[in-house]
Amino acid sequence: MTRPTRVEVNCTTGETSIIELTDAEIAEIEVAALAAADQQAAAEAEAAAVAAAKAAGQAKLAALGLTAEEIAALSK
Amino acid sequence: MANTYELIEAQTLSTSASSVTFSSIPQTYTDIRIFISARGTGPYTNTNLKMQVGNGTVSTSGYSEKMVYTSNGTTAASYGQSAQAQSDLQYFPLATSTANTFSNNDIYIPNYTGSTAKSFSIDSASEYNAPAAVLAMDAGLSSNTSAINIITFTPNAGNFAQYSTFYLYGIKNS
Repeated sequence: MTRPTRVEVNCTTGETSIIELTDAEIAEIEVAALAAADQQAAAEAEAAAVAAAKAAGQAKLAALGLTAEEIAALSK
Repeated sequence: MANTYELIEAQTLSTSASSVTFSSIPQTYTDIRIFISARGTGPYTNTNLKMQVGNGTVSTSGYSEKMVYTSNGTTAASYGQSAQAQSDLQYFPLATSTANTFSNNDIYIPNYTGSTAKSFSIDSASEYNAPAAVLAMDAGLSSNTSAINIITFTPNAGNFAQYSTFYLYGIKNS
């Protein structure tokens, strides 16, 4: 299996090097990927909670007799 | 107004890469500017693009920044962070964003050869044909007081995709 690589451009010589990652660098990337997955899951959960709270609030306002236009006006 | 605006180096990835580094950056300019058009291989819609600067090796601490952004196409929000291992409040699209879209990232670092902490500003758009695209304006600081001669860019998840481009320009006020 091909090892992942990184690119380094030497701005003085103009030389571009494609360097295979070390085991430690690969492990670091895997840790970062897991952290990114956690971050993404947290963001999605937060967005879902906000959407659910909004829907619940609108339902309660409707139950009180407000029209859809009045509910929309309150959220502006 | 810049009197001199020169391309120092350009890099178009011929294959995916986990990071891109500009090293041995000449110390003969007043400011530097980097334009990035990138796409990532990670499994989400978009993510953060990390930047670290340094002298010889990149600094892995002392980054702080604030940004104004929108991620829903309707409302703007703000966010700040300090004591970070990198600057990462700029964005680019990943594998599940609109096919063949690449980001626009514009990074400006004034007085990069100075001996005080280094400020920078970044405008970025992750590019995605839906409201989930992120548009961000970021102002940051690296506590690194050495002249900058190395900069590394790393995706928060996955690799930079093939055909991502990185352009480094030098700007002089004379």
